[in-house]
Amino acid sequence: MKEQQSLSYGSYVLVWLALVVLTSVTVTIAGMHLGALSIATAIFIALIKGSLVVYYFMNLKNEDVMFRVMLLVALVTLTVIMVFTFFDISFR
Amino acid sequence: MSVQAASPATHHKDHTGARIGMWLFLFTEILLFGGLFLLYSVYRSTFPEDFHYAATHLDTLVGTANTLILLTSSLTVVLAIAALRRNNRKLCTIMLSVTILAGLLFMVNKYFEWHHKFDIGLYPNSKELLRRAPGENLFYGLYFAMTGIHALHVIIGLGVLSVMLWIVAHKPKKTITVGPLQSDRLSLVEDQRGAVWTHEGEGEIAEAVVTLVYKSNEEINDDTWSKLENSGLYWHLVDVIWIFLFPLLYLIT
Amino acid sequence: MSNTADPVSYLDYQGRHKGILGWILSTDHKRIGILYMISMLSFFGVGVILGLLMRIELLMPGMTIVTPRVYNSLFTLHGMIMIFLFIIPGLPAVFGNFFLPLQIGAEDVAFPRLNLASWWIYMLGAAVALTSLFVGGGAPDTGWTFYVPYSVRSGTNVTLAVTGAFILGFSSILTGINFITTIHRLRAPGMSFTRMPLFVWTLYSTAWIQILATPVLAITLLLVIAERTLGLGLFDPAKGGDPILYQHLFWIYSHPAVYIMILPGMGVVSEIIPTFARKDIFGYKAIAISSLLIAFVGYLVWGHHMFTSGISDTARWIFSLLTFLVAIPSGIKIFNWVATLYKGSIDLRPPFLFTLTFIFLFSIGGLTGLVTGALATDVHVHDTYFVVGHFHYVMFGGTGMAFLAALLYWWPKMFGIMYNEKWIWRSWAFIFVGFNMLYFPMLIQGWMGHPRRYYDYVPRFHATHIVATVGSWVLVTGLLIFAITLFRSFKSRVPAPSNPWGGRTLEWTTTSPPPLLNFTQIPTVTRGPYEPAPTPTGGETS
Repeated sequence: MKEQQSLSYGSYVLVWLALVVLTSVTVTIAGMHLGALSIATAIFIALIKGSLVVYYFMNLKNEDVMFRVMLLVALVTLTVIMVFTFFDISFR
Repeated sequence: MSVQAASPATHHKDHTGARIGMWLFLFTEILLFGGLFLLYSVYRSTFPEDFHYAATHLDTLVGTANTLILLTSSLTVVLAIAALRRNNRKLCTIMLSVTILAGLLFMVNKYFEWHHKFDIGLYPNSKELLRRAPGENLFYGLYFAMTGIHALHVIIGLGVLSVMLWIVAHKPKKTITVGPLQSDRLSLVEDQRGAVWTHEGEGEIAEAVVTLVYKSNEEINDDTWSKLENSGLYWHLVDVIWIFLFPLLYLIT
Repeated sequence: MSNTADPVSYLDYQGRHKGILGWILSTDHKRIGILYMISMLSFFGVGVILGLLMRIELLMPGMTIVTPRVYNSLFTLHGMIMIFLFIIPGLPAVFGNFFLPLQIGAEDVAFPRLNLASWWIYMLGAAVALTSLFVGGGAPDTGWTFYVPYSVRSGTNVTLAVTGAFILGFSSILTGINFITTIHRLRAPGMSFTRMPLFVWTLYSTAWIQILATPVLAITLLLVIAERTLGLGLFDPAKGGDPILYQHLFWIYSHPAVYIMILPGMGVVSEIIPTFARKDIFGYKAIAISSLLIAFVGYLVWGHHMFTSGISDTARWIFSLLTFLVAIPSGIKIFNWVATLYKGSIDLRPPFLFTLTFIFLFSIGGLTGLVTGALATDVHVHDTYFVVGHFHYVMFGGTGMAFLAALLYWWPKMFGIMYNEKWIWRSWAFIFVGFNMLYFPMLIQGWMGHPRRYYDYVPRFHATHIVATVGSWVLVTGLLIFAITLFRSFKSRVPAPSNPWGGRTLEWTTTSPPPLLNFTQIPTVTRGPYEPAPTPTGGETS
């Protein structure tokens, strides 16, 4: 797409470096036996990593705002499904 | 005036439309795995200890290695797209090849990982698993379902990327399609066979033998970009899903 | 090549392939719509026959014509065929395909080849599902819901049937992707979102549900297959699994799927009412937004299918409470339709007749829905004939009637011919009487405690069963008259004008039947979908 921006090679490599660093962080934290906190941090880091891939690699950064709205709709739906199922599971 | 339009013609090259379609498809993938994540979170909250114990049999090293491999393949595929944008076909070909190799490496690791599980009697419905606590059986049920379906997606992605590699390496033609030009009542529409239908004024339609397709050695046409970009989107999603699978399965000991 | 005034219609256009290949390989959205229509109505016919057989079996207590085992297969197949092959894909695949591009002034959908692939995948799924009848362990007997643990244990061909449903889901997803992209990218110049016909709005909402809900069913069905073949144990209590989670996953799809079924029907009604009331629609934006709202609320209420399955009390009251939210957007639609009719110059022609029937029958379905949605009453009527009656009032009385109305409304546009309206009136009388004879007794039986899916019953239900069975014959007679009347229109060939009903949406501006690329020139839109044209054409007043 000519109208679409593309990042430089270097910035893609930087994003990749960040992803690698985050991976080592998450593996290290998992080894520290933090209990309930470890799953929270693991998911938090996974969210950051996922967002980096979506935002830079999948070029959401340069897409029309409509793409973000659509992605939001999908993620909200997934969240709703999860939360509502736990209305059952947590109170049984 | 008589207008015999050409066959499902003007297959408009709407690249934004194609990307919308691809993203929508990726949403379905997210929700597909979403069902598995839902099962995972329910069973994990029900059997936290069993899950912890069961996960000790997973090899964190292999998991981490595969994570790094997939992350790197995501980088190379995005570099391939950037290279194609800059008309650097050689770099694009190299990067695509690296991506495919990385994907294969991922599958090889996965194969040995599963093989090892089977060797120690951990496979669906195995006596060993049924002997253990229910939560452990569920963990492995989810492990095989999640990594299995993910691996299937890797294989599909590899197929798609191989096709793209072939297309990029074989120097596609640059295609120019003209029309329909309504201002002077002339329309040139390319039909599926590449023949061009022309229509002028009030008269009849004649099938012209000229095809307005010409080859160019260097420039890649927009279609190839669009296709490669969408294949890349798919590959990234496979990566994103792994980013979530990895901590949930390997890092909960 | 002809030099006539009219462009060559899509029916006469000679493409790359001749004869039947020109249809089954065509990427023209109109031809694909017709393909869906033919295949779907065939499956519908099969479903009707299965339903008739069930009713005959229930005419007398004890065994009448089939064994209990066969009866179980009959209701399973009736449900599977009607739901997965007819009513879920029905309106979007047939009329959505045909009229979405026409209504937004486009030449085709965004991905024509994908569209054709959807039809092929649909046929493949149907073939796989129907094959399950004849091979291996015999036709599945689990009910269309495939509830575990029975669907894992049943010796019948559940695996194949579930695979068929999985493939059908793919077709549904691809259609949804195609429609959303089409609506976003291919609207004619000037057609903003707030100038789209309301049918398009409902297709848009439906497509989102297709995309975001169907994958959940896909993974659920895959897991049932894995359970049967590999014994993963995810739903097997003996191995630690929780069968109720299957129900959660199943209804996370299947409740929104109910809105996949009904929303396009509501869209059809929103098209027909302004045309035959000769008025602009009342509350256009409210109706449009209510479609999106219904689609969203549809995700919040699936638990009301599981009130008696052992979910937590907290979940039960939350789901019951949220269920009543659905009444708000549905009410918005009904009230706006009625307001459109108010002071309209009403022209009671066949499409409008079936639309009024929709409103009447769907209202009964909706009101009985309040009974089943309320936690306290549902516990009593759950899994009784009351639910069966409610469901058929909503689905057949709602979507089914909308399908018939759409068929009548757009038939002249699709084939360029008019049908005999007098005979449609006669068929309507049979359909209306037969429908209520068939399904109203079910509501009574259910209220009296007759469980659904039972092969046999106690004598006090005999009278109502006889009424229902006779009603099924009346109903089928009506459907036959309806079908024959439409078939005969091909013989009598009374040509249809381009705008027989005085409709104001774009599909009526092109010829009947439309040319291959729909319009000789892509229209430019300058007004709302149901506003009268600035220069009145047919002496019509608003």
